[in-house]
Amino acid sequence: MSDQPENTLQTPTPPPEKRTLIQRIFVRQGVRDAVLIPILAVFTALLVGGVIIAISTPAVLEAWRHFFQAPWEAIKITLQTIWNAYVALFEGAFGSPADIVNGFREWLQTGNPTALLRALRPLGESLMLTTPYIFAGLAVSLGFRGGLFNIGAEGQIFLGGLAAAFVGYSLKGLPAIIHLPLTILAGIVAGALWAAIPGFLKARYGAHEVINTIMMNYIAFRLADYLLQGPMGRADGMPITPEVLKSAYLPTLLPAPVRVHFGLIIALFMAWVVYWFLWKTPRGLEIRIAGANLNAARYAGIRIALIIVLTMSLSGALAGMAGVNQVLGVEHRMVRAFSSGYGFDSIALALLGNSHPLGVVLSSFLFGFLRGGAARMQSMVGVPIEIIKIIQGLIIIFVAAPEIIRSLYRLKTKEEKEKLVTKKSRSSS
Amino acid sequence: MPPVLELKGITKTFPGVLANDHIDLKLEEGEILALLGENGAGKTTLMNILYGLYTPDEGEILVRGERVEIHNPRDAIKYGIGMVHQHFMLVPVFTVTENVMLGIEKTTAGVFLDRRAVAQEIRNISNRFGFKVDPDALVEDLPVGLQQRVEIIKVLYRQADILILDEPTAVLTPQEVEELFKIIRSLVEQGKSIIFISHKLNEVLDFCEAIMVLRLGRVVGTTKPDQATPETLASMMVGRTVMLTVEKEPAKVGEVVLEVSDLSVLDDRKLEAVKGIGFQVCAGEVLGIAGVQGNGQTELVEALTGLRPVKQGQINFLGQAVVDLSPRKIREIGSAHVPEDRQRDGLVLSFSVADNLVLNTYYEAPFTRGLNLQQKEIDKAASERIDLFDIRTPSISVPVSNLSGGNQQKVIVAREFSRPIKLLIASQPTRGLDVGSVEYIHRRIIQKRDEGCATLVVSTELDEIMALSDRIAVMFAGKIVAVLSVEDATRERLGLLMAGIQESTPAEIPA
Repeated sequence: MSDQPENTLQTPTPPPEKRTLIQRIFVRQGVRDAVLIPILAVFTALLVGGVIIAISTPAVLEAWRHFFQAPWEAIKITLQTIWNAYVALFEGAFGSPADIVNGFREWLQTGNPTALLRALRPLGESLMLTTPYIFAGLAVSLGFRGGLFNIGAEGQIFLGGLAAAFVGYSLKGLPAIIHLPLTILAGIVAGALWAAIPGFLKARYGAHEVINTIMMNYIAFRLADYLLQGPMGRADGMPITPEVLKSAYLPTLLPAPVRVHFGLIIALFMAWVVYWFLWKTPRGLEIRIAGANLNAARYAGIRIALIIVLTMSLSGALAGMAGVNQVLGVEHRMVRAFSSGYGFDSIALALLGNSHPLGVVLSSFLFGFLRGGAARMQSMVGVPIEIIKIIQGLIIIFVAAPEIIRSLYRLKTKEEKEKLVTKKSRSSS
Repeated sequence: MPPVLELKGITKTFPGVLANDHIDLKLEEGEILALLGENGAGKTTLMNILYGLYTPDEGEILVRGERVEIHNPRDAIKYGIGMVHQHFMLVPVFTVTENVMLGIEKTTAGVFLDRRAVAQEIRNISNRFGFKVDPDALVEDLPVGLQQRVEIIKVLYRQADILILDEPTAVLTPQEVEELFKIIRSLVEQGKSIIFISHKLNEVLDFCEAIMVLRLGRVVGTTKPDQATPETLASMMVGRTVMLTVEKEPAKVGEVVLEVSDLSVLDDRKLEAVKGIGFQVCAGEVLGIAGVQGNGQTELVEALTGLRPVKQGQINFLGQAVVDLSPRKIREIGSAHVPEDRQRDGLVLSFSVADNLVLNTYYEAPFTRGLNLQQKEIDKAASERIDLFDIRTPSISVPVSNLSGGNQQKVIVAREFSRPIKLLIASQPTRGLDVGSVEYIHRRIIQKRDEGCATLVVSTELDEIMALSDRIAVMFAGKIVAVLSVEDATRERLGLLMAGIQESTPAEIPA
């Protein structure tokens, strides 16, 4: 036996590999899974949604009752119904391609943009619906990255809206260049504080943030009720705030009737900021470590209490921004039902986007455009808007349990078929 | 009489890996066969095939001379094969009875669970094989040694004759190990046959009757205990000569680096875990803290590293009082800590190897400049450390969970050793590691000690303590009951001290 130990299992170390952006989004799943599975999830959800649309349309059921007399009729009506519904959905979300092309042509020929703008209005509406999703989705996903469940996004949106409305209508005589940023700041700070309270309770007393953020939601809703019916209400007694001054409006990006406003730009910018913060700064790294393994964070010397409060505050700030967006960009006042569930949808959205800013933005566009198309689908074809909720739910299921998609489309490799579906860490041998 | 179990030519390939390469195995009735091998040698794959979790590409399995097909654990159980896993598969909030009957519930009238009958059966099994388990105890209340017995009962309840034990002693105290061996001997006396997977060469030699060594998916040797030594087994496992006891020069002892006096620390239940102890560690020496798990060592290390508040007493590190300083401050003074539970405390499993290598230095230059992390610097340092510390990983960006236990520990060692340190605290540094990794970690620790670092090694493995230490302190019930030089220490003497038995002429105990 020689004295010189030779390493039989030597593998040369390759140079550090660069991972693509997509790979970094879905770290352990690989490009194939990262892109293919969400696409297939949406496709499958639309498929199942289509079936549900068909089943809930009386004309289709009628046709199938006479299936044996006229089988092709039944199938034709089914496909026709589904097709019409989805065309309506598409046109509601994007606008009619024909109208857009015509409007574009008219603008080029006559210089009159009216037809074009009218044709672009649905697209604008969808983008407008997307924006609060982006803010709220970023808020929840930042919380998730830090290991915290911010179920209070809805309440933080309300607080952001209230603060923005107040500063927006009450500070008179300021130029827009001061008033608008001030108003936005007010909303951000209000949202941050509203989330910092449960954050503090968790850091100091270990009180679970799920319970406390939900409680804070109820307090926020009742607070809004009180303020809108009382001190912040309009003079005529309606539970609506006075109009926000023009100096605090978020400017629109295109002329009327397209309603897209600057909030979208801010939202996309914030997505980039969140990405940079979490992945490129030491503080963001600390938040992610705390979210991935609290024990290791403590061992690494990270101050856990500080991180918890910071994460919740940042999350609340982003959610508050969603409220600011609604008040300053859309309604220019605050009304009672101004959020319509963005805060709760955003939880599902953050999961769909794997808690990564790029995923959140893409998922926000998906949800926003689905919402944009839903109204038209209901008015044109009579399909109830709730179908969208079903489709959204199905997308969530398929993404949360990717095994379904993998089995359905036979995406498993031989190795994956062999592997046990376990959750524990690997044993040593 | 045919062997009770025979594997012939078992071959199994995964994409890119030949996990088992025409393996033959024979287990006689009433025999204890040890299966040795490094991580990745193919032991677990082979046992998973036997237990029906995988199907082999080639080869056959014969039980008592008859060819059998095993496609899932139910088939394996049908043929009398039972497996006791290294990581227990118990539901903590269920009782012993409920855990044992999970999956094959006995019912009265097909509707109600018949816990009483199962509990009685458990008592019968316990009596037959000579170990005591209370069927109504909640599993989460049981110590690890008893939890393992529940796993064994699960297997016996399903009438296994062939028991596969996967690293059974990895989590046991020396006393619990003794008791386990008694149980196994009694099982064997009553006709059961055992396959014993282990890393621990001494145990295998003391205890098993036949030994089979796997390396890289192949059987590299079969032998008997009287024909083998730890050294020959280790070299069969690794493929080269392995130094089982690290060679070291006598310590060049310098100044006092760490001084602890009258230290008391409370545990999570607010009871005193460390009761007024004191000791010193000097530069260039290794002080080993020996003791059975649960005598205050964990709390002591946590207090020394700032992870647990101190009830009273003083800790001086290079002349500075460090009681109640944050872990980061203590580390910045010049200490390093290899934690007891590497996966829970020392690593973030979902993060990359590169990120884990800067887990406690990311905020310092050159890894951070201004507001931003410098990823290029982090990656560069990571590549250097992978080379320097011989960490086997496909790249620096894979999640550290992909690495074997030994390589994970090397990541932690690389991280801690890459800074200039004056004090090293290593807690169970080679727990769960294979022979090659153990050798490597021990060499590194001695190297640090020779560089003048004051080193504290806390371990429940007597072999490790005796191999690494210059002085040995024994902890029992929160107190240091003796401090010996390594020359004066024998296994017997340490064993007695660890068990709390006072010596007639007590060894030196510093104030």
